[in-house]
Amino acid sequence: MVVAASGLTVVRGGATVLRDLTFQIGAGRITGLIGPSGSGKTTLMRAIVGAQQVTRGRLDVFSLPAGSKPLRARIGYVTQSPAVYYDLTARQNLRYFAAILGLPKDEADAALRAVDLPANSKQLVGTMSGGQRARVSLAVALLGKPDLLVLDEPTVGLDPVLRKRLWELFAGLAAEGRTLLISSHVMDEAEQCPELLMLRDGKLLMHGTKKELFDRTRTKTVHDAFLALAEEKS
Amino acid sequence: MNPRRTFATSARVLKQLGHDHRTLALLFVVPVVLLGLLAWVFSGSPGVFDMIGASLLGIFPFVVMFLTTSIATLRERSSGTLERLLAMPMGKLDIILGYALSFGLLAVVQGILASAAAVRLYGLDVAGPEWMLVLVAVANALLGTTLGLFASAFARTEFQALQFMPAFILPQFLLCGLLVPVDQLPSVLEAVANILPLTYAVDAMQLISRESAVSGEVATDLLVVLAFAAAAIILGAATLRRRTK
Repeated sequence: MVVAASGLTVVRGGATVLRDLTFQIGAGRITGLIGPSGSGKTTLMRAIVGAQQVTRGRLDVFSLPAGSKPLRARIGYVTQSPAVYYDLTARQNLRYFAAILGLPKDEADAALRAVDLPANSKQLVGTMSGGQRARVSLAVALLGKPDLLVLDEPTVGLDPVLRKRLWELFAGLAAEGRTLLISSHVMDEAEQCPELLMLRDGKLLMHGTKKELFDRTRTKTVHDAFLALAEEKS
Repeated sequence: MNPRRTFATSARVLKQLGHDHRTLALLFVVPVVLLGLLAWVFSGSPGVFDMIGASLLGIFPFVVMFLTTSIATLRERSSGTLERLLAMPMGKLDIILGYALSFGLLAVVQGILASAAAVRLYGLDVAGPEWMLVLVAVANALLGTTLGLFASAFARTEFQALQFMPAFILPQFLLCGLLVPVDQLPSVLEAVANILPLTYAVDAMQLISRESAVSGEVATDLLVVLAFAAAAIILGAATLRRRTK
């Protein structure tokens, strides 16, 4: 298992953000983490990459407790707001992070090509559009071909054509055996994910394949399925 | 700790500043202009500039580097890049040392420019060698850099970081021996002054301006300043957290 949670609970500032989550994510799959804003998606992702302390329960990544040192080189993480240097060019950003990971310079350019950005642009990230910045941030996460990619709303606000290309890129990475966890609050996006993990108010609504979801709720779209599940639980 | 990551970080910080010409200009020009202003203010009272010029040559780089560094590292925290770096195989000390190296390099340039201007342009008359002025100015700038790194750990916003300047710097300025010699302060304040780094920095500058030979006292002062800087680096690294509660 790539990610295994049992009874995972996170309390932040007195508020229970994640409540007793138990699930497992296998290798080589794209799992969509779906839920409205405030449902705990980002906290769950931060816990998996080791940035958020687990209050109770267990959370293992590649059979090690989340946040263990050997995991740092194996996980690529893209935060919701682009965590890159705005006062550098895209290439300077990529080359810096590549140097930190001990990768050659041409890997930096390859990562930029993968997200469809020109490698030789002199434009500073700060003057780029929101979508371009998000792609620079995504390119950083692709460096070094990590085994697990944790992407927090990576395609929000992007041009549909580009969005389609990125989903193709994600599918290609999964086909190579990499595991992707991609969050979205847009239910349509979830249609792209063969497997879904649904959160609401920090609780797990469901985890399974899209087909299982549709069969169980007798619905045809993720949006309707979410509504059916939310009603069922309340 | 890993030299490759440390140097990559300092090169990156320098590249960021390379795109920000205004900040670079302010870093290098402001101390020179301030010293000029000081020389002008005291142009009617001979000897005063010679008495306090050297001390202020030590204080300006300290203040400027403190502010620059605390804001720069705060930006790293608030932009999410710090969290990203800490999720990577990156040592905490590599980040802090990377910053200290690049800002230290700027401090060298700033120290050389400010002391050259003070002595050559404004006619600051010091008994000791000019290179000692530069050395102490650079050590002070390094101290400012490392204290700024440390202080930024306790600021959540830019407003708070700016308030640290009066909170951290002004008390040291009042007690460092520039306004009243340290041994003439009330005994409680004298005891406090003796544990503040700026006191040693200013003492070194005053010794250089009075004595032609480099004494052991100056060397001790310099070592104390550098020890404070080293301690601030280690404390600064200790304040970085990979995980939030």
